[in-house]
Amino acid sequence: MEERELICINCPMGCRMKATLEGGTITSVTGFTCKRGETYAREELTRPVRMVTALVRVKGRAQPLPVKTDRPIDKDLIFDALAALGHVTVQPPIRIGEVVLANVCGTCANFVATANVR
Amino acid sequence: MREREVGVLVIGGGPAGLAAGIAAKEAGCARVLVVDREDAPGGILKQCIHNGFGLQAFGEELTGTEYAERYIEKAFAAGVEVACGTMAIDLTGGRVATIVSRARGLETVRAGAVVLAMGCRERPRGALATPGSRCAGVYTAGNAQKLVNMKGLMPGKRVVILGSGDIGLIMARRMTFMGARVLACVELMPYSAGLTRNIVQCLDDFGIPLLLSHTVVDIKGRERLEGVSVAAVDETLSPIPGTERELACDTLLLSVGLLPENELSSTAGVRLSPATGGAEVDENLQTAVPGVFSCGNVLHVHDLVDFVSEEAARAGKAAARYAAGETRPRGTVPVEAGSGVGGIVPQFLGEQIEGDVKLMFRTRGIYKKARVVAERGGREIYSKREMILVPGEMVGVTLKKDALGSGREPVRVRIEV
Repeated sequence: MEERELICINCPMGCRMKATLEGGTITSVTGFTCKRGETYAREELTRPVRMVTALVRVKGRAQPLPVKTDRPIDKDLIFDALAALGHVTVQPPIRIGEVVLANVCGTCANFVATANVR
Repeated sequence: MREREVGVLVIGGGPAGLAAGIAAKEAGCARVLVVDREDAPGGILKQCIHNGFGLQAFGEELTGTEYAERYIEKAFAAGVEVACGTMAIDLTGGRVATIVSRARGLETVRAGAVVLAMGCRERPRGALATPGSRCAGVYTAGNAQKLVNMKGLMPGKRVVILGSGDIGLIMARRMTFMGARVLACVELMPYSAGLTRNIVQCLDDFGIPLLLSHTVVDIKGRERLEGVSVAAVDETLSPIPGTERELACDTLLLSVGLLPENELSSTAGVRLSPATGGAEVDENLQTAVPGVFSCGNVLHVHDLVDFVSEEAARAGKAAARYAAGETRPRGTVPVEAGSGVGGIVPQFLGEQIEGDVKLMFRTRGIYKKARVVAERGGREIYSKREMILVPGEMVGVTLKKDALGSGREPVRVRIEV
C-alpha cells in the first residue's frame, strides 16, 4: 500500500488530502472539502498533466518568442519537451497560434506561438 | 512646444490603459490618446508568458501575451491612438499633461478627462533594509522576468527567491525551465502570499522548498553575489539567532510586494489612500481631482488582470462622459472598512447611484467560514458566507442598486466570524 499527500489547487482553502493506492489503483482519498478536491486528487494521481509555456529562439533577434503547448502534456515529459524546443529556431514573421513544434515528444500536443513577431 | 487637445488622455498602455481607451472610444469619445513609455503597448503582460489569464474575461486560459494582444487589436480596431515611447512627465489639476517622446519632443496635451493607468512598481531591495554588500546578482523578480522572457538573458544559475508572491513563484519555475537551479523560496510570513496553484505547480512540481517564517539576513559577495544567509523568524518576524544557514548562490530574486506608481497622480493633486497606496475614488473611478480617473494597479494592486480590464472599462466610460460635458464631482458618501477589511475601493459613493456598485478589498488575515457583510444605516444590504478569505485574493462585493438605496448614510463592510 502506498500513501500520497496532495494539496488541492482549486481554491485558497488548499485542502491537504491523503490518498492510498494499492498496486496503482486509488483505494481512498480523504481530506477534501468539496467534490473538486477529490476530482483533482484522482486526476493528479492517475495522470498528472501540465500546460507548458516556454521560449524559443528567433532567427536574427535577441528577443525570444513565447510559446505554449496547445493542450496539457504529461508532467513527466516537461523537460523532454523543453529540450526538444531547444533545437528549434523560428523565422519571422510569426502569428499567434502558429505551430512552432508539432507533436511534442509524441504527445499530439503542439508548441504554438503566443505572440506576434513582425 | 507643440500643443494638442484630446477628449480622453490615458496615461499607461498596459491592460488598464488599453481597456480604458477602448471603453472611452466605445462611449463615443472622438479623440482618445493612450501614452506609454515603453516601445510597445501591453504593460506587464508583455513579459507574462505563462498561462492562466482570461478565465473570467474570455472563459479560456490565455498567456499574458495573448491576453494583451486581444486588447491591442481591439484598441487599434476601435481607433484609439496609442503613442509608445512616450512618457507623461507632468499633469496638472486642470488636466494639462506634458508628454515627451524621441519622435516629437515635448508636447502639451489638454484633455477633457484623464485616466491614470500607470500600474505599479516592485518593492526594491532598498526598501527591505537587508544588510550586505551591493553586489551584482540581486534582482526584483519582475525585472528578472523581463530579462529572461523579453531580452533573452539569464540573470544567473543558482537562485534563491525572497518572498513568495506570485511573480516570485512564476520565476522559480521559469528559471528551472531555463536550466537554473532554484535552491529555495524564502517567505517571512507563516503563509505564502501566492496562489496555491502556483505553490504546487511552480515549487512542489520541481522539489523547490518553500521556507515559511524565514528571511534573508545577509547578502554576501563583493562584485557578484556569492551567497545569502537565511534564518528562521519568531512571531514578531525577528530573525532567531543561531538558526542561520548559508546558501551559495549567484542570484537573489525579490518578490516582496508591489507599489502603485502614483507620482503623477500626486503632482495633479490626487488624494491617495494610505490603505491601498492608490487614489481615493468613487464608484465611477473618479479621483478627488474632477475629470481625473484612476484604474488598474495604480489604483490598487490586483491579482487578476481580468478584473483590471473590467474596472478600467468603467473608468474609460466615465471619463468619456466627463469629457462630453457630463461633469459631476466625485461622490462624498464614505465606504468604510470595518473589522477584518483592509483597503477598500471605491472609498466613496455618490448620493444617487446609477447601477449596481462593485466594491473590492483585501482581508486583513485568513478567515475560514466567515461572512462578508455590508451595512447602511443599520440595515444589512449584503451578506455572503465564504469558505475561505485570504489577504492574497481580492474579495469582490456587488451591491445591488435597490439594496443600496440613496442618501448620505455611509456604507460599512466588515467580516463576521
